[in-house]
Amino acid sequence: MVQQEHIIEVKDLVKKFGSFTANDRLSFHVEKGEIFGFLGANGAGKTTAMRILCGLSYPSSGEIMVAGHDVYREREKIKKKIGYMSQKFSLYEDLTVSENIRLYAGIYGLRKKQIATREEQLLERLGMLQIRDRFISEIPLGWKQKLAFSVAIFHQPAIVFLDEPTGGVDPITRRQFWEMIHDATEEGITVFVTTHYMDEAEYCDRVSIMVEGRIEALDTPAALKQQFESENMNEVFLKLARK
Amino acid sequence: MSLIIDHIDKSFGALKALDQIDFEVRDGELFGLIGPDGAGKSTLFRIMASLLIPEAGRCTMHGYDVVKDYREVRKIIGYMPGRFSLYMDLTVEENLAFYARVFGTTVTENYDLIRDVYEQIAPFKKRLAGKLSGGMKQKLALSCALIHRPQILLLDEPTTGVDAVSRREFWEMLKGIQKQGICTVVSTPYMDEAEMCDRVAMIQKGKLLDISDPSRPAPEEAPLLYSLKSNKGVYAYLDQIRNMEACKHAWLFGDQLHVTLRTEEGAVEMRALIESWGDPSITWKAIRPSIEDRFMGLMEHGSESQLTNGEQI
Repeated sequence: MVQQEHIIEVKDLVKKFGSFTANDRLSFHVEKGEIFGFLGANGAGKTTAMRILCGLSYPSSGEIMVAGHDVYREREKIKKKIGYMSQKFSLYEDLTVSENIRLYAGIYGLRKKQIATREEQLLERLGMLQIRDRFISEIPLGWKQKLAFSVAIFHQPAIVFLDEPTGGVDPITRRQFWEMIHDATEEGITVFVTTHYMDEAEYCDRVSIMVEGRIEALDTPAALKQQFESENMNEVFLKLARK
Repeated sequence: MSLIIDHIDKSFGALKALDQIDFEVRDGELFGLIGPDGAGKSTLFRIMASLLIPEAGRCTMHGYDVVKDYREVRKIIGYMPGRFSLYMDLTVEENLAFYARVFGTTVTENYDLIRDVYEQIAPFKKRLAGKLSGGMKQKLALSCALIHRPQILLLDEPTTGVDAVSRREFWEMLKGIQKQGICTVVSTPYMDEAEMCDRVAMIQKGKLLDISDPSRPAPEEAPLLYSLKSNKGVYAYLDQIRNMEACKHAWLFGDQLHVTLRTEEGAVEMRALIESWGDPSITWKAIRPSIEDRFMGLMEHGSESQLTNGEQI
């Protein structure tokens, strides 16, 4: 078996806010090209850890490498290699579909010609050519989510971070969204995702479950279900987080 | 009947938010409304809560008309809006006392009703509501909505954005409230929660798709729905399944694929395809559709109109 490349390497990550320890010695790695599910109850410390991995906040201590860069010294390099999307914030409502694509592509330093070609391809693939000049505020939520994801990976990042990407969308759009995630991994993009939908945890290659600042379990969904003698990931989650 | 919704219409400009919504909720029932964001659920709640006037149709709560008798309606309902209803700069106990006084009662008078819910947050009663976690805010909001002992409880997406543990606890509390004889209407985007309701109305784009009892199988179903599972994972098989002549639609469903066939005979084609893979770990069987399967099936019926709408926007 070939040694897998670790796109994220976290060793003894600690983050404190005053006397409160939000992340308590987290150690894990994420393999290149996998879908890594980052689960935990509200307040377990997921967002704190994710912000550190995205280069938005410094850890209190620990060794953390993201896409080959150190989170203390090379935050700007990390930001260029990652994409980010959340349910709460993704696209500008008062810009059009096309303007949003070009804005993000520009921020990530893509060249004009490159942007034009890729924008055409993207709109065609999403079936959004006819609505390219519509404001985001006018298009349905399901379309927005798909566009937001496409925009987050438009600059072909090494890793895309998805923070509860499917909240509130209908069950068919939710599944189409996960099919897009699978397609992205086939292009070599690593996916780091949080969700409250436990059926979505089953779509991940590996899943970690955080409880009160610590990682209490980390494995493939199949192994976790076996370990916790559970029918599905929802049961695994309840057994761990309810202690 | 606790609640009668009689052919209600509501538009916002060109958008038809509710289109001939028509159903009834029985006394003491735990009634669910499911549908994605933008389906019209919150609009319907605001009409039931007498905060919005429908264009056509009637809505009565225990016989009181939400337009004409809004004063009586407001006394007998407890309403927990989706957007947060608490005063962030008041403490937990101040919020509760405030809601009790607004309704001309006291916390002690109805404490037995909220005890199970409130005791979970009582240790933090001196804390500002704004400093509570999401799960605790919800428990406080539920306590506030119950403090005047309403006959009908209206909860608009109480569990959105809340983790699986808090969601489970919240539903256990709703079951407890139901035992006190209170009728509850609750909306949710989580299909698994719908299974906890006595009956569920499915709403999409302002239209009522169906009302069903999760504990009973859908009447019309021939055995067309199959679940397929493999130790290798099922995603790799999805395209081939969808390309079958016999396949109406197929979707990921946790660690399984759910496949709906066009006809019962289609099972022959599926068996041949599955056997051709030579994957010994594959298991497949006919299953009873869950609420989520039913919802997705109904959505697909409407998928052509969805496409046309999409092109028009």
